[in-house]
Amino acid sequence: MNKIKCECGHVNPEGTVLCEACGKPIEGNQHIDGNDEKKLLNMRYEGSARRSQTYNKSIIDKTWGFFSSVKVGVWLIVLALIASALGSILPQEMYIPADAPSRDPAIFYEERYGVFGLIFYQLGFHNLYSSWWYMLLIALIGVSLVICSIDRFVPLYKALKKQKAKRHSTFLRRQRLFSETESINENDLDTVKERLKKQRYKVRDEDGHILAEKGRFSRWGPYVNHIGLIIILLAAILRMTPIMYLDEYIWIREGEQLVIPGTEGQFYIENEQFLLENHDPNDEVFGEAIEMEGEMIASNYQTDLIIYEAKNDVAGADPDLEKIVEDELRMNHPVKFDRYTLYQSGYQLNEFSNMSFDIVEEDGDGEALGTFTVDLSSPETSYELDSGFQVEVSQYFPDFYMDEDGNPASETNFPRNPGFVFLVYPPESDTAEVSFIGIGRNIDATGDNNYSLSINDFDMRAASGITVRVDYTLPFFGLGAAIFMIGVIQGMYWQHRRIWLRPTSDGVMLAAHTNKNWHGVQKDIEKAIDGTKINMVEDQQELDE
Amino acid sequence: MSTSMLLDISNAMLFTAFILYLIATFFFGATIRDKRSKHKKGIAGKIGITITIIGFLAQLVYFITRWMASGHAPVSNLFEFTTFLGMSIVLAFIIIYFIYKTGVLGLFALPVAMIIIAYASIFPTEVSPLVPSLQSYWLQIHVITVSLGQGILAISFVAGLIYLIRQIDQTVRSKRTTWLEIVLFTIFLFIGFIVSTSIFNFMDYEATFEYTEQNALTTTEYHLPAIAGPAGGELMTEGAMEPWFEAPGWMQGEDAGRKFNTVIWSFLTGTLIYLLARLVLRKRIGKAMQPLLKNVKPDLLDEINYRSVTIGFPVFTLGGLIFASIWAQIAWDRFWGWDPKEVWALITWFFYAAYLHLRLSRGWHGEKSAWLAVGGFAIILFNLIVVNLVFAGLHSYA
Ligand code: HEM
Repeated sequence: MNKIKCECGHVNPEGTVLCEACGKPIEGNQHIDGNDEKKLLNMRYEGSARRSQTYNKSIIDKTWGFFSSVKVGVWLIVLALIASALGSILPQEMYIPADAPSRDPAIFYEERYGVFGLIFYQLGFHNLYSSWWYMLLIALIGVSLVICSIDRFVPLYKALKKQKAKRHSTFLRRQRLFSETESINENDLDTVKERLKKQRYKVRDEDGHILAEKGRFSRWGPYVNHIGLIIILLAAILRMTPIMYLDEYIWIREGEQLVIPGTEGQFYIENEQFLLENHDPNDEVFGEAIEMEGEMIASNYQTDLIIYEAKNDVAGADPDLEKIVEDELRMNHPVKFDRYTLYQSGYQLNEFSNMSFDIVEEDGDGEALGTFTVDLSSPETSYELDSGFQVEVSQYFPDFYMDEDGNPASETNFPRNPGFVFLVYPPESDTAEVSFIGIGRNIDATGDNNYSLSINDFDMRAASGITVRVDYTLPFFGLGAAIFMIGVIQGMYWQHRRIWLRPTSDGVMLAAHTNKNWHGVQKDIEKAIDGTKINMVEDQQELDE
Repeated sequence: MSTSMLLDISNAMLFTAFILYLIATFFFGATIRDKRSKHKKGIAGKIGITITIIGFLAQLVYFITRWMASGHAPVSNLFEFTTFLGMSIVLAFIIIYFIYKTGVLGLFALPVAMIIIAYASIFPTEVSPLVPSLQSYWLQIHVITVSLGQGILAISFVAGLIYLIRQIDQTVRSKRTTWLEIVLFTIFLFIGFIVSTSIFNFMDYEATFEYTEQNALTTTEYHLPAIAGPAGGELMTEGAMEPWFEAPGWMQGEDAGRKFNTVIWSFLTGTLIYLLARLVLRKRIGKAMQPLLKNVKPDLLDEINYRSVTIGFPVFTLGGLIFASIWAQIAWDRFWGWDPKEVWALITWFFYAAYLHLRLSRGWHGEKSAWLAVGGFAIILFNLIVVNLVFAGLHSYA
């Protein structure tokens, strides 16, 4: 490496723009920070030697240079911004409304939004945020972030460590805040020093050359916040692995007990009851708003649940269940046990739990010749009645509807609108009569049945939709976010301020630099020089250049 | 105290605050004529800030009494949230004023806050009960912090706007003068909105429509004559004006038609006022305002612009992304779901991150920063208005 020796005696690494010790501009390198075209020095990285600005021969150098450019970083951020906005124009696939005539994205987008929707869908924008190119964009931001930070942090750290209080006069003159005073009183400098110390500046004095500095740690803010961002990005990658992340969904009916999926049979859940509560429409405070709304406003969704842990592990045997948690699961009130978290995520009111049917004679007096009850979550294949009748379940549609071709079908697997095709064998008979029966429907398929079925009774219950989550990545996201916040606050709410005083034959040169809040540092200087003969600094900045 | 009494006090206090902001604006207006104001001795500025603070306190009373009446922080529907944004802007202005003592900032910041508070009033103002998903103190913390962040960022817009009016060369017409004029024209649209709604409110205009939304028959009440009726709507009120056309069907969300109609009215009235102003002034609005701002130092404006972003950005990040995620994790079992409102919070964040990085390089101070500050505020307003009106999502409240 070609080290550069400054006239002050300090040896600088290759590519240095301003001498690390005294700040004198190093000839031949001024174009790097654009100082050759301006009156003022670019103080961004103290004129330190950055790898990206120094080497650019090999591919590695070029890649490094590319990613360490703030310009590139900003472009990546802007592209991510535009891409994010594009995806929000139409709902993402997961937000296709539940009541849409078709929730198939291939149909939905075109049907609702016409050609525009079709293009949106065909470009894959309905899943934009999980598309490879969106993730790539975010990953590139991450890469750029890391390289950029390394490129600058080390040289900046060294430059700040090696800086001397004694600075070259050119360095002072080319600061944004500068003043020169021809002659000062003897103790003016001491007064200024004392006052700066009172303002909590660290003051260094080398042969009468003074450097007052405060808030240097705020310079590390950006690096700290970038580390936070990296941790968040890493956590996002971790989250894609199944070890760190489990996501299951259970539908559980009132009174039901199920093994919790994803727990390998270790835990069971029981739904004691589900509650849906509404705000009182006659409420003194909210009544008006509810009336405006024109419908009930829910106040609570709640599942009263019990969690059991399976104790004995004998294969085949029914496990002993030990109650470990009994709690109310509400929205905004998840229930935690072991490593799992349960969330109240959905509900379905009015599911049928069982239904009982009467067999009556077609032309008789309506007296039931037999009654049987079907458990709708697990119907038997056939029912033997005491009176000798036998009923076979030929077809079962838990959620009955007529499809486009006029055939009976089931819309979901939930018993919301059960329909049956029963084969009824009268006593001592081998020939069955076919009956279709459902809510509000009772169809005699052939038209010559002797017996008919009727619904005698039914029970209804609610089903609760519960998400089961294990997310070990949350602490990492939390850590990343916390570090990010510390970093931004450190960098934004404190500033690195420096004030230099360089004695001249009779007077003094005064200059100051801060990475932000120029107003603040000027006030500090005003206070420090008040009553002395030292001139107030002038702002030499030219805006808009 | 009964809740209805609390609510009466609350509403009266909001109105009081609004009037006080209006009066304070005039005092800040006087500071630009006051030559000495540069030296922090201007009396007008002192009176202005005092009235502003009293106004802010009045609005604080509005906030607290409404909270007491409803039992939850009043940031749970669009009226409350938007009003609170206005209040945040005032608070941010007060803070920045005490750092930089520039009265002219108040001349622009207070009207912006007032316009936002007035905008809030198109939404139903009744205290509404919380649906289960909103029953979380994290939600309240999230909304309050986001608003404060946006309020501070709004001050950067105000400083940027003053900078542009002060600095852009108005002797010849150029792209920049045109863009500035468009920004100012947008403000006229908001004024048009306030004027048209106030007039028809005063006249007690009402027209009811029936239409079907999500397969349910719904009624909506227009307080402005319907230029655009709700999609598939039928006018129920006798003697009311028949709509000229229907709002397009892709506009989703509650009362989309009514809101769209309000936009049309704002546009017509705002344009009318703008044209009148041009007719009277006989020059671009920007050009007419420029001489008033002679005494303001541009580099100070640039500093305020940047400083507001540096103060506001961390607050916004905390509220809009971090607290939001915590709430979403508890309520929806996922901390991030790419809901339009979340996406637009992310966009806002990306935007200001880009701004901060651009400030690191030369050539982006001054005018370019000022344009960026205007752009950032446009995104915030877009999130507040368009995303709520057009992109229905989880956050579309009631
Ligand atoms: C969304 C992503 C990013 C966020 C939120 C972010 C955030 C920040 C913040 C808040 C600052 C402090 C600015 C100031 O103090 O004025 C900063 C500084 C900085 N960022 Fe980023 N950043 C991001 C991406 C990047 C990328 C991709 C690069 C690489 C090109 C980069 C390079 C830098 C540099 C060089 C600094 C200045 C360091 C210094 O002043 O010493 N950032 N960043």
